[in-house]
Amino acid sequence: MWAYVAKRLLLAVPVIFGVAFVVFAMVRVVPGDPAQIIAGETATREFVEAIRKDLGLDRPILQQFASFLAGAARGDFGRSIRSRAPVSEELAARIPNTVQLTIAGLLVAVAVGVSAGVISAVRPYSWLDASVMFVALVGLSMPVFWSGLMLILIFAVRLSWLPAVGTGTLAHLILPAITLGGATAAIIARMTRSSMLEVLRSDYIRTARAKGAPERTVVNRHALRNALIPVITVVGLQMGTLLSGAVLTESVFAWPGIGRLMVEGILTRDYPVVQAAVLLVALAFVFVNLLVDLLYALVDPRIHYG
Amino acid sequence: MLSSIRASTTAEARRPSRSRWRLIWNQFRRSRAGLVGLSILLVFLLAGVLAPILAPYDPYEIDLEASLRGPGGGHWLGRDELGRDLLSRIIYGARLSLVIGVIAVAIGAAFGVPVGALSGYLGGRVDLFTQRAIDVMLAFPGILLAIVLVAILGVGLVQVMVAVGIVSIPVYARLVRGQVLSLREQEFVDAARALGATDTRIIWRHVLPNTVAVIIVQSTLQVASAILSAAALGFLGLGAQPPAAEWGSMLSNARQYIRLAPHSVTFPGLAIMLTVLGFNLVGDAVRDALDPRMRL
Repeated sequence: MWAYVAKRLLLAVPVIFGVAFVVFAMVRVVPGDPAQIIAGETATREFVEAIRKDLGLDRPILQQFASFLAGAARGDFGRSIRSRAPVSEELAARIPNTVQLTIAGLLVAVAVGVSAGVISAVRPYSWLDASVMFVALVGLSMPVFWSGLMLILIFAVRLSWLPAVGTGTLAHLILPAITLGGATAAIIARMTRSSMLEVLRSDYIRTARAKGAPERTVVNRHALRNALIPVITVVGLQMGTLLSGAVLTESVFAWPGIGRLMVEGILTRDYPVVQAAVLLVALAFVFVNLLVDLLYALVDPRIHYG
Repeated sequence: MLSSIRASTTAEARRPSRSRWRLIWNQFRRSRAGLVGLSILLVFLLAGVLAPILAPYDPYEIDLEASLRGPGGGHWLGRDELGRDLLSRIIYGARLSLVIGVIAVAIGAAFGVPVGALSGYLGGRVDLFTQRAIDVMLAFPGILLAIVLVAILGVGLVQVMVAVGIVSIPVYARLVRGQVLSLREQEFVDAARALGATDTRIIWRHVLPNTVAVIIVQSTLQVASAILSAAALGFLGLGAQPPAAEWGSMLSNARQYIRLAPHSVTFPGLAIMLTVLGFNLVGDAVRDALDPRMRL
């Protein structure tokens, strides 16, 4: 077990370096003179040179990478080219919003997904099952940015029940969380259903029923617990969808998070901000994956790792 | 003697025969959902190919007098913020999506398949290096890698096709590598090697033909995900730029008129959703047809 943990941690190291290198290289491989592109075509010579010096583009490439890594390790990504504020400050102000949104989305996805999957599996091939699975398939096919707009249209514009954009209260979080969690809920529902159906056919479920356990106990205690193991894997795999979905959801709801900062950064060619945001999201993804793998080893004692 | 061995080595290839394809089709045909999906995709394909014939109006013709007007008066889906006919723009959008999807997938397969084949066949350091490179690419969740590539390449339609194409390289590389790893151990590969075939010939003539079926199935799904990614980039303002009739960028422009003209945000998104739904329905049905035990 510990050997597996060590091996898994070690494997993450080259990935982290690779990700850092891609993010570092991002600015340098831009076709043309990066300093000129960042400054814009109408910028003065002095401004272009200032940016060149700011980003250290006049130094040898390896030295640049070393100081990039050293800076990143300290959380220092330089200053934003547009606002002149330290990138770390802009990032720090946005991180809680993205974390909040992602966790809320995850909660919606798991709560809705697992219950829908169980409802479907308990009455397989009924009209209820068919309609739940149809809704799941439609949910799976809706692009995040459009389902967000449709929710705004229905609940903010038409019914005026919830605010369309902004942050602050729980009411502001509801639509973005449903938008973000929706597609993942659909995937979890499909997975829970097929996993439940398989478990419900097994011998120990027949045994549980034969000894007279009430159906509710059979479903919740015997079946669901075992059926959830593959579901946990799916949730882990879906973390990438959630993180990238957050970028789109933030854009729809004007949610002041990392994703929106990143997109605005690209549109204004504010590369230090883009680099920091991309690195942060990618590293978060690497760590979440690591965590899921390790949790998985803990949760399922039947799996042995060499 | 030699010729009979050669005949048997090619015959050993596990390419699905014509009767196997028919078997799969017979299974597929039984799925009503699969047929619905297939019809959606056919409509999408027809709209894309025949856009100039099917579109009732010029998708770029501006009529500011009729800006944001709702459905009616010969304009079935209404007009957008510049008074352009929404139905015509959606039909042309299908054409654009089709082009984006096919080109992006072609780029992904053109690089991913050889990388995967070499990595799986040669093994050793080549494999180790490519696998780590792929790990790095996959460390960027979902659309993030495409966003990074657009940040490098710049904003625009061509850049999006390249970016989305590059994003699908690891998918093909992983898939083909896995296939090649198991094919490499097959007897017909040993036989070809015993006959003195070079590595290039073995990969090209004996290994790759056996991966074609899997690549085709994967490509169908990949087209759907390329369309979705391109639309997402368009929505973020990082993809196709106005006045292009691209579904994502249409939504991006229409969102500020959500109160005045709900139709202009509803229909382009509906087009994306139906297309993706079509691919998902067909994908599910194909999976069931290939392996009836997997049925959900």
